[in-house]
Amino acid sequence: MKRVATAVASRLVIIIPYLWLLVFFLVPFLIVFKISLSGTVIAMPPYTPVFSFADGVSGFFANLARLSIDNYLWLVEDALYVNAYISSIVIAAVSTAITMLVGFPIAYGMARAPAALRPTLLMLVILPFWTSFLIRVYAWIGILKPEGLLNQFLLWLGVIDEPLIILNTHTAIFIGIVYSYLPFMVLPLYASLEKMDYSLIEAAQDLGCPPIAAFWKITFPLAIPGVVAGCLLVFIPAVGEFVIPDLLGGSRTLMIGKTLWSEFFNNRDWPVSSAVAVVLLLILVVPIMYFQQVQARAQEQDR
Amino acid sequence: MKSLGSIRRSFAPWADASAKPYISFENITKKFGDFIAVDNLSLEIFEREFFALLGASGCGKSTLLRMLAGFEAPTSGRILLDGQDLAGIPPYRRPVNMMFQSYALFPHMSVEHNIAFGLKQDGMPKADIERRVDEMLKLVKLEQFAKRKPHQLSGGQRQRVALARSVAKRPKVLLLDEPLGALDKKLREETQFELVDLQHDLGLTFIVVTHDQEEAMTMADRIAILDKGEVVQVATPAEIYEAPGSRFVADFVGTVNLIEGELKERENGVARIEDGQGLTILTEDAGDAAAGDRVWFAIRPEKLKVSAAEPDRTDSNAAEGEIYDIAYLGDMTVFHIRLDDGRIVKASTMNSARVSQELLTWHDRAWISFRPDAGVVLTR
Amino acid sequence: MTGSWTRFNIVSIVAGFAFLYLPIVLLVVYSFNESKLVTVWAGFSTKWYFELFNNRGLLDAAWVTARVALVSATVATVLGTLAALALTRYTRFRGRVLFSGMVFAPLVMPEVITGLSLLLLFVAIGFDRGFMTVTLAHITFSMCFVAVVVQSRLLTFDRSLEEAAMDLGAPPVKTFFAITLPVIMPAIVSGWMLAFTLSLDDLVIASFTSGPGATTLPMKIYSQVRLGVTPEINAVCTILIAIVTVGVIAASVLNKRREVQRRRDAQAAMRV
Repeated sequence: MKRVATAVASRLVIIIPYLWLLVFFLVPFLIVFKISLSGTVIAMPPYTPVFSFADGVSGFFANLARLSIDNYLWLVEDALYVNAYISSIVIAAVSTAITMLVGFPIAYGMARAPAALRPTLLMLVILPFWTSFLIRVYAWIGILKPEGLLNQFLLWLGVIDEPLIILNTHTAIFIGIVYSYLPFMVLPLYASLEKMDYSLIEAAQDLGCPPIAAFWKITFPLAIPGVVAGCLLVFIPAVGEFVIPDLLGGSRTLMIGKTLWSEFFNNRDWPVSSAVAVVLLLILVVPIMYFQQVQARAQEQDR
Repeated sequence: MKSLGSIRRSFAPWADASAKPYISFENITKKFGDFIAVDNLSLEIFEREFFALLGASGCGKSTLLRMLAGFEAPTSGRILLDGQDLAGIPPYRRPVNMMFQSYALFPHMSVEHNIAFGLKQDGMPKADIERRVDEMLKLVKLEQFAKRKPHQLSGGQRQRVALARSVAKRPKVLLLDEPLGALDKKLREETQFELVDLQHDLGLTFIVVTHDQEEAMTMADRIAILDKGEVVQVATPAEIYEAPGSRFVADFVGTVNLIEGELKERENGVARIEDGQGLTILTEDAGDAAAGDRVWFAIRPEKLKVSAAEPDRTDSNAAEGEIYDIAYLGDMTVFHIRLDDGRIVKASTMNSARVSQELLTWHDRAWISFRPDAGVVLTR
Repeated sequence: MTGSWTRFNIVSIVAGFAFLYLPIVLLVVYSFNESKLVTVWAGFSTKWYFELFNNRGLLDAAWVTARVALVSATVATVLGTLAALALTRYTRFRGRVLFSGMVFAPLVMPEVITGLSLLLLFVAIGFDRGFMTVTLAHITFSMCFVAVVVQSRLLTFDRSLEEAAMDLGAPPVKTFFAITLPVIMPAIVSGWMLAFTLSLDDLVIASFTSGPGATTLPMKIYSQVRLGVTPEINAVCTILIAIVTVGVIAASVLNKRREVQRRRDAQAAMRV
């Protein structure tokens, strides 16, 4: 009796979260895909249902014939979407690179800090991550706008004569992404740097390698797993970012997350926004799978 | 001629007053905050010497090595190498190389790249590097592992890669920080002799840091024993073992019986010590102790003879007691004997014959005896 | 990695933390500004905090958010812990690759995609959008974060503890509740806190999946932020920051105190 209970319990451990994720994560994607292939109507919900169990098997094939790739053709034809995809990728890539450059010295400094100080530093990096994303982005509006605190400060210093226009430009988006995603970069970098045996650096120096060369030949190559993980953690969500371009980028910036949002909420075009989502997912599927692989490999090493 | 320890040494520059030291630590002090790791220490090491720094953890031996390598700067004092003051020279410009305790093999580089690393830093021509790497691989018998990464090697193989990497540059001095610490006992014993041969073949000066006295005794020409940042004694292994300078050294290296007493008189090269509980010891080697001094008579277990019958006492000291414990170790047997005054002494007997006539067992009455030159008198 | 802590290291840490904290500090400071013009300092005042209590819409949104966060964090913690157990304890089962993919993907998935897909699911099965749908959506994405946190603890868990319990006669289920669960509890608690704050913070997914009468606080803040920076919003944000900061610091202080106590006990035991 007890053994049966144990066996059932061990099955349930897998089955419950598995089912949940199937229903609330995987199935929704299939629905998105299905709707991206259907036509737009002005109704609630604003699309023509493509499948229905009431149709039976013959209805299923009839419906299959009705599927169209019109929405995808529409995405290709309209330069707006193509440009939005491209600029999202470019903005995300540039921001990721900047985040790396900003994050590396911080992670490196933390890894070399006295061991007693490190938990505190780690907590200080994580703490902003706990505070609301929206609030942290919002905080930058007051700083970056023409009459904002940054311009006031620079004018006061006498560095500039008239306010810089930063808000509603790409620069503001870069700042926003770097700022919001910095902890995601610092944490994996710190993890891989902290793990590193410092005697490796000493060995390199002992063999005649000056400190800066030792950094490039030893420290950096060994930190690459952290660099890759950090970059993926920043790049992937940044491509589909909505809040930052919406609040800091102004109306003229094109990013696909914003496009999807306005397609959905303003134009109420569910099939097109579904198609936008599917293409975005296709673009991200390679980095996402790579991320999973990195994650799995890191796990193997921890074992 | 009588000599300590039954080995004759031909290489002994330290005994030659005209020989110039190769490495000199002059009044070195190193503080980490309030902690004094090395305390006003001076030490001289000669060219081609295999020198061991022996001590318990925290005695400052590794700090000394790291100062020579350039990873730590002395708080005061100076270090000379071949007449040159090393102060201010960064580790990457010092003609010394180190073999790290953790080996510190670069995990992202193959064995051959690890070995070639130091040579590349010197800008050696490519062909020469290849030749030297091959030579090194052959030296440590790892030719077929050249392309492997460190994690694909066994512990012993890693140790040899680390060794090859550190000697590849032909440094003036090779520093070895617990070089055998991570190996199992059998491998460690083999490698000890390999290291000695290698040092001899390459003609380099080796300084090894270890906490393992056997390792130091096996490999080193001379040993410096460190305690709390100070050198307690510098001597050859035989001197350290047979003529320790203090109770600390006697106890730290090997096993010793210490008998406290008062030196009553010195006459005709023989000193008489009484412990106040009825035991009188006659000994030849009393050092600089004078009559009336509080002294410790130190004698190694193997210098004590155990017998069931009362020994001939004309030329030796003797005491009677009861066998309290016996440990049979194969090559020898260790007896713990409780003397009649309650003191427990250890005596060991080599089992040089497979079959023995005289059988002793637990609780037997037994005698211990030793010759007047078997022990030393310590005043510290 | 240790070694010398150079001036360069210290400067980069200080500069990095200044960058991370300055915007938040400024926001908090200006929430106490007398002036309606947020960027012009006109003296200290707490009036914006009092105005908040008259803002019915904001208070309703806060109440909705608190309930959503509480329920979703709790359910997500249970599901996430199960998922972590499944991933670490069962290295082989059918569909494991898909399963681990579904656990890790939401960590990086752009929120617009998650939000849209969940909404379309709820519409397809005819679920009325509201409190329930937001909660379900939050459970789904935050359970993955819980899973990752708990999993990393389970990976370093000493399995011989469980083996010892079973060796002493405890059946597996009992072993789990008597040994495994108490040991991984700190990770589960921080997983819950993470899930709670993720739910508290979420704007995009909530915007997609919420319906009339279930406006969450971030949605409310967002709709006002679009109209410009106001001291009132600064005040709301400050309160939220304060809650989270106090929570996180309290948790870490408790943790630290336990750790210190443990070390002191260990030292005392050594002396005996």
